[in-house]
Amino acid sequence: MEDTIAAISTPIGEGGIAIIRISGARALAIADTMFVSTKGLPSAYRSHTIHFGRVINESRQPLDEVLLTVLRHPYTYTTEDTVEINCHGGRQIARTVLAECLQRGARLAEPGEFTKRAFLNGRIDLTQAEAVMDVISAKTDRAHMAAEQALEGSLSRKVEKLRQQLLSILAHVEAHIDFPEEDISPAISGELEIELTSIIASLEQLLSTSKEGKILREGISVAIVGRPNVGKSSLMNALLGTERSIVTATPGTTRDTIEESANIRGIPVKFIDTAGIRKARGKAEEIGINKSHNAFIESDLCIHVLDISRLFSKTDFNLLKRFDKKNVIRVLNKYDLPHKLILPTNIQHIDALKISTMTGYGIEVLKDRIEKISLNNSPVSFDFEVLINERHSEALQRAIKELKPALAYIQKNASIEVISQKIRIGFSIIGEIVGKTTTEDLMEKIFSKFCIGK
Amino acid sequence: MITLLIYPKKYHVIVVGAGHAGTEAALASARIGCSTLLLTSNLDTIAQMSCNPAIGGQSKGQIAREIDALGGEMGLNTDKTGIQFRMLNTKNGPAVRAPRAQCDKKAYQLRMKLIVESQYLLDVKQAMIEELVIETGKVRGVITSIGMRYDADAIIITTGTFLRGLIHIGESKIEAGRSAEPASIGMSVNLKKLGFELGRLKTGTPPRLNRRSIDFSKMDIQIGDKKPSYFSFRTTPMFHVEQLPCYITYTTEKTKTIITKNLHRSPLYSGNIQGIGPRYCPSIEDKIVKFAEKERHQIFLEPEGRLTDEFYLNGASSSLPEDIQLDVVHSIIGLENAEIMRPAYAIEYDYSLPHQLHATLETKLIEGLYFAGQLNGTSGYEEAGAQGIVAGINAALKIKSKKQIKFTRADSYIGVLIDDLITKSTEEPYRMFTSRAEYRLQLRQDNADLRLTKIGREVGLVNDTQWNLFSKRKQLIAEETARLLHLREDSLTYSELLRRPEVSYQSLPKANLSLPIDVQEQVEIQIKYAGYISRDLEQIQRFTQLEEKQIPSWIDYEKIPSLRFESRQKLIRYRPDSIGQASRISGVTPSDVTLLLIWLKKAETNQDL
Repeated sequence: MEDTIAAISTPIGEGGIAIIRISGARALAIADTMFVSTKGLPSAYRSHTIHFGRVINESRQPLDEVLLTVLRHPYTYTTEDTVEINCHGGRQIARTVLAECLQRGARLAEPGEFTKRAFLNGRIDLTQAEAVMDVISAKTDRAHMAAEQALEGSLSRKVEKLRQQLLSILAHVEAHIDFPEEDISPAISGELEIELTSIIASLEQLLSTSKEGKILREGISVAIVGRPNVGKSSLMNALLGTERSIVTATPGTTRDTIEESANIRGIPVKFIDTAGIRKARGKAEEIGINKSHNAFIESDLCIHVLDISRLFSKTDFNLLKRFDKKNVIRVLNKYDLPHKLILPTNIQHIDALKISTMTGYGIEVLKDRIEKISLNNSPVSFDFEVLINERHSEALQRAIKELKPALAYIQKNASIEVISQKIRIGFSIIGEIVGKTTTEDLMEKIFSKFCIGK
Repeated sequence: MITLLIYPKKYHVIVVGAGHAGTEAALASARIGCSTLLLTSNLDTIAQMSCNPAIGGQSKGQIAREIDALGGEMGLNTDKTGIQFRMLNTKNGPAVRAPRAQCDKKAYQLRMKLIVESQYLLDVKQAMIEELVIETGKVRGVITSIGMRYDADAIIITTGTFLRGLIHIGESKIEAGRSAEPASIGMSVNLKKLGFELGRLKTGTPPRLNRRSIDFSKMDIQIGDKKPSYFSFRTTPMFHVEQLPCYITYTTEKTKTIITKNLHRSPLYSGNIQGIGPRYCPSIEDKIVKFAEKERHQIFLEPEGRLTDEFYLNGASSSLPEDIQLDVVHSIIGLENAEIMRPAYAIEYDYSLPHQLHATLETKLIEGLYFAGQLNGTSGYEEAGAQGIVAGINAALKIKSKKQIKFTRADSYIGVLIDDLITKSTEEPYRMFTSRAEYRLQLRQDNADLRLTKIGREVGLVNDTQWNLFSKRKQLIAEETARLLHLREDSLTYSELLRRPEVSYQSLPKANLSLPIDVQEQVEIQIKYAGYISRDLEQIQRFTQLEEKQIPSWIDYEKIPSLRFESRQKLIRYRPDSIGQASRISGVTPSDVTLLLIWLKKAETNQDL
């Protein structure tokens, strides 16, 4: 009846598996494009059967091993053709698979939309209707609030700025098309190309720096800092589960920062192992130490490693002071050795985690802490942050998808109304993010910019 | 009221007003087979071009072609009385090309007068209407200013700018529907009493000059196309028309000075005019004030006809007093010694807020009553004609107890126009722009017949001659398109070849040059655009589904729980006919539309029980 929708149907958070549900006329066709298995395409499977295979991206790289269930119309929750993909748990995997569905033509489901369809298609009885309406209005009210909050922020300002730039271009193009008898010079394709290229670049940048986008693509960065030989590299190896950094008993071995990524509780985390911070004893070490400073200034989160088997030093003290405003996890390493460290009374250390990279003690607790802090960084509750930002980034992606062909058309010397059509669609999609309409704004811009009046 | 006479003949449909909307409405109704009465306050100004003597132009040309495709008269009338034809925007693609024609103003009017006079089933009478007769929410007839009552089952009101019309020239004000014609006061009062919400708009017209007093040697000449593009799909280029030129000139620094100095004498700036004017058609004083940095403004001189020396000064509409108008005109290049024959004026008039209409143009308030044209807040002959033909068709279908038709944003500019009016209402005179149409690449002037003639035939408006011409053309296009799909040149099919920007139909080695030019063009355009419009077609499909979901008239928005306050207010005010319309009302959020859908489904299920 309508377009095909998709969403993650399992609760947000860590779980053994996550389920992505796709519902609508194109559900099977979409599954066909992104699922490979020895047993052929999903559209050929019998209804209510489950199949093992891989989800692949557009360059045919495997994303995850999954179980795919085919549920054919009308015996499904929504009564439409439905595909459910059981992938591995963890936010990132589920999200990547969902993103892939959206990329292949599904639309992100609205809150309560599967239930709404179930109702509209006569699958749910009457008494449930009121409940559905309450759910939708409640969710959208909350979402609305969150959206407003999110939109007050810098994202909205940036989006609006780009929208205005696009509006300027469009006003010129449209004024030229709609008022052929006025002396409005046509937009010069070279200029159009430059402006559009820059707008697309900004949109892409926005997409990559939006919080959700960033967490998804780059995860968060975690700098591991501490004075020399407290076990920073060993900690990183423990977190990564491999031997990556050079670990020796000689202080100052790590002279450069080393970056490694790992998947911590479903969040991609980039660990930055820094050179031990102390007074440098050589040029190379000095460079390394400077880099360490930068690394922890730029990182999202710091793990400050202290050695519980050694006395408190001035370097420790300096580092502690620096973290006043930073997100920091303090760990007391070498917990398996005799304890000599006494923290100054004016420094809170109740939160300090006791770990041992030698025995693995406390490492899992540390991972929990990393997950919790990175998720709590969101300005609103995590649920909404995901909801809103996913919508934003989906809209940004759709806009880019329209604007890129516009650029290609310009380069191919296509006719202006064809170029404009793409720009107009892109423009109205960006308008969706900030809740603005197209036509009236465009008219206003044209009449304020050009003197029309034959 | 004095003794009321009741006219002995009862009509199916009465049309009040014989401008561009009224004539199309009356012709449509009569041609479909309804006995129709066309009433005008002045038989000598039927289809009068009150403003510029031209039909078409960007987006308006497309509308005029659509009216023609449906079986309307505007296109034929333009072709028969045109004195200059130009296709605009030929440097850009076919979707944004538009025909424009200067017309002989008197000839246009006289031909249309003859057409309505000679139309079978149509009576034309001179009378000023003061009041509508309404019984139990249904329209019954109209009463004239001298006490005659005419009865009908459907009434179409197309009174243009006549409702409480007030002309401004400088400080002087004249009650008039247009220059030298009385305004209609009673009708406005009557509509208000019946419960219609009226607003006030303003528009203007420039001075007319005498040809002999103009120095054309200082101006650029603008001549018509060597091969005229006609408006009607039915016009065959059998007659040769000598085309008349237009001229382009410019305002000067002196124009600016005069206007700036005398701004206080313009009723626009002194606050005497309250109605809202169109942004796209500003007065010369507005242009000078709002675009002060612009050195000069373009002014067009257009002939008003073959048998007159009057010239229309396009781009110089004004409400300044006559002495200042004269100074302004004299400051324009080539007009140093020009004689004004008629001064420019601004006019304020009442309009009915158009959200009070269904997409059929029947009012939501009173059954059988239709509004069309400038009365609904639009501007332009083509916009008026479009509404006229729609109201005429629907009134006739209603009489015949057939399903009325609704045009959509996906099938025509007419659909875009009406949908904008009913879902957005309007606060300035509404004019069509191609940028208002989402599916602009589809809604072209060249395929108006392919989009609409079938509809015109189904409602009974397209006659056999037009239908046969259309069917032949459609068949040739289909056959040629199919041929190109299979014909190969090396590894490429002809249609793939034709998709390349540098290849034209005529340059194809095996082009069939014996086909009519318009068929060749259509085949080329369809093939070239195919790739660009495939996505639009998908969108249209989705769009259509929402349009088809009707909202019953008995819906009580107060009873729907969880609707947001603003949405509820807007829905009560606009009373949309479909979910699609509801979703386009500003202030109604997508989640409210969802709630509405669910509630409707529930109500439907309830009724089944």
